Amino acid sequence: MAEKKSLIFDPVETLHSIEEKFEMVQVLNEEGEIVNEEADPKLSDEDLQELMSRMVYTRILDQRSISLNRQGRLGFYAPTAGQEASQLASHFALKKEDFILPGYRDVPQLIWHGWPLHQAFLFSRGHFMGNQMPEGLNILPPQIIIGAQYIQAAGVALGMQKRKKEAVAITYTGDGGSSQGDFYEGINFAGSFRSPAIFIVQNNQYAISTPRELQTSAKTIAQKAVAAGIPGVLVDGMDPLAVYAVTRDARERAIKGEGPTLIETLCYRYGPHTMAGDDPTRYRTSDIDSEWEKKDPLVRFRKYLEAKGLWSEEKENEVIERAKDEIKAAIKKADSAPKQTVTNMLEIMYEEVPFNVKEQLEIYKAKESK
Amino acid sequence: MRELTYLEAVREAMSQEMRQNEDVFILGEDIGVYGGAFGVTRGMIEEFGPERIRNTPISEAAISGTAVGAALTGMRPILELQFSDFITIAMDNMVNQAAKIRYMYGGKGKVPMVLRTPAGSGTGAAAQHSQSLEAWMTHIPGLKVVQPSTAYDAKGLLKAAIDDDNPVIFYEHKLCYKTKSDVPEESYSIPLGKADVKREGKDATIVATAIMVHRSLEAAAELEKEGISVEVIDPRTLVPLDTETIIESVKKTSRLVVVHEAVKRGGFGGEIASVIAESEAFDYLDAPIKRLGGKAVPIPYNPELEKAAIPGVDDIINAVKETVNRL
Ligand SMILES: Cc1ncc(C[n+]2csc(CCOP(=O)(O)OP(=O)(O)O)c2C)c(N)n1
Ligand SMILES: [Mg+2]
Repeated sequence: MAEKKSLIFDPVETLHSIEEKFEMVQVLNEEGEIVNEEADPKLSDEDLQELMSRMVYTRILDQRSISLNRQGRLGFYAPTAGQEASQLASHFALKKEDFILPGYRDVPQLIWHGWPLHQAFLFSRGHFMGNQMPEGLNILPPQIIIGAQYIQAAGVALGMQKRKKEAVAITYTGDGGSSQGDFYEGINFAGSFRSPAIFIVQNNQYAISTPRELQTSAKTIAQKAVAAGIPGVLVDGMDPLAVYAVTRDARERAIKGEGPTLIETLCYRYGPHTMAGDDPTRYRTSDIDSEWEKKDPLVRFRKYLEAKGLWSEEKENEVIERAKDEIKAAIKKADSAPKQTVTNMLEIMYEEVPFNVKEQLEIYKAKESK
Repeated sequence: MRELTYLEAVREAMSQEMRQNEDVFILGEDIGVYGGAFGVTRGMIEEFGPERIRNTPISEAAISGTAVGAALTGMRPILELQFSDFITIAMDNMVNQAAKIRYMYGGKGKVPMVLRTPAGSGTGAAAQHSQSLEAWMTHIPGLKVVQPSTAYDAKGLLKAAIDDDNPVIFYEHKLCYKTKSDVPEESYSIPLGKADVKREGKDATIVATAIMVHRSLEAAAELEKEGISVEVIDPRTLVPLDTETIIESVKKTSRLVVVHEAVKRGGFGGEIASVIAESEAFDYLDAPIKRLGGKAVPIPYNPELEKAAIPGVDDIINAVKETVNRL
């Protein structure tokens, strides 16, 4: 009998062939060697050094923030170590005009976009002055409601499009966030209007305790772009050069009017979910931790730069010292912020204090002035 | 009798039901090995396995909608929303679907589901993780709303909620989780719609919910030292509301203070005050009804301001004194 060749569309095979297409983009391997000449963004020496300093600085900021939190000198904090390439190299591809809509873990990008460090500390302490963004700084405060920033990013991008700005909206969520309706609706909306947006999913393998496999049966999160009819990229999120390259390309497409891109960065969070009592040993093993530590973005970038003669221990120590000094100064500045009062709360709620709130306001003002 | 915490009582109620009814299962975020954000389901996945303790993708819409679907086919899902604030994302499923399905199916078809969720402030979780939005849910015909304040009540009410063939919203106050009371080991049910007089008194009635029950009892103990005898009533379920117990109490004491943590404006206290204003107890009142509730501000992160945003024991004491000294 002749082999029967089905003429019917094969959905299973189609899925497999699509999934296989989403290969992870890597430029710099774990040994700090360029493995993909073509994709190498060929950053200038100064840019390479600048990106490295930012990663080192941010690692120190993470360590200091954790210990300041333990001392009770900072409040809410979501550790970032392991995600430096994902966060900072994607940010490195942006311009000042670009608008960032971050998740709660994305404080570093905001700082490198211009959020004063002492304000980030005030935010951590829940002080309302932390989120009073300086004029001209295109960022929103970290989003806590999972997914909300994704649809807002579609809106920010829509506004930019309308005003014919040469800029993009970029937003970040996690692997867990990619399960929310807001995620799908956001990428679909932006795709539908071809708005200039970049949607980044930092797949750090866990959503609190829930492993990535449980979020979706899709092989990659990047492939979800296909359903929205927009480009999707899977990138080694521990590789700063690859993350930079794919974000830069996404930005170029967006500016040219070709619409949004979804980028999945494969990375890892070394620390706990947040400093509010998470214990990662409850849901992951130290074997997994050390697997990922081998991929560390700082280690491979340091090797690469050292081989090029662009980095040294001395340089690194300089950055570390600078980071420590600036953090110390910023904490001091945060400490000197005025104590928050009930009248502050009442005053910041509406554009203009409504008459019925004014009565309360007067009562509290009188109390507080005593 | 043995003491349990509120948190353990909730867990025990679920475990006992699950042991005897295969159709009961739980779904929610991080409820597996992690045991949920507050540890309520800790140890349960080990006993019941991942199909009955379903750790889900992050999607409150899908968690609630899936529960509706499963319930329609005879399962009895319990869903856990990690924080009650995220009910906003489950709202269509609860309000336009779960609440209305039996009615729109002509009284056939049922949605026996329980939405459990931690509510309230006091843990430094800030504006989007500290709200008390229960009044919204009480406004929706078709839903029942439960708000226990003690471990004993939590266990019995949760059993009743699971047994109920209607969708039930079950609010757990975060600060109640660690409170303890005597809890029988065997399974028992407290009917939905039965208030509990937590303390008897004759000079004034306080109707309080959730953590405010505890604050009101503290206030009552203080007031007793000054010779003021206060009755404290915990409605335990807001829908259906046991109006009779409240009306009888007000007829006895002639004074009413209503206390809840939720923002006062539009809060459930308005409903309780109205019930009295419309009832025969109105003629017995010797002072205007007093309502205490949260200030009309988002819950601040700063611990001092967080406290200032909701009624404290002193506020309750002052409110009772004002009503009592009225005559
Ligand atoms: C709507 C909503 N649901 C649930 C939560 C609780 N929550 C906070 S962080 C988190 C996990 C998010 O994981 P992921 O998106 O992977 O980001 P990561 O923390 O790993 O960076 C959850 C469930 C929330 N903040 N908002
Ligand atoms: Mg994650």
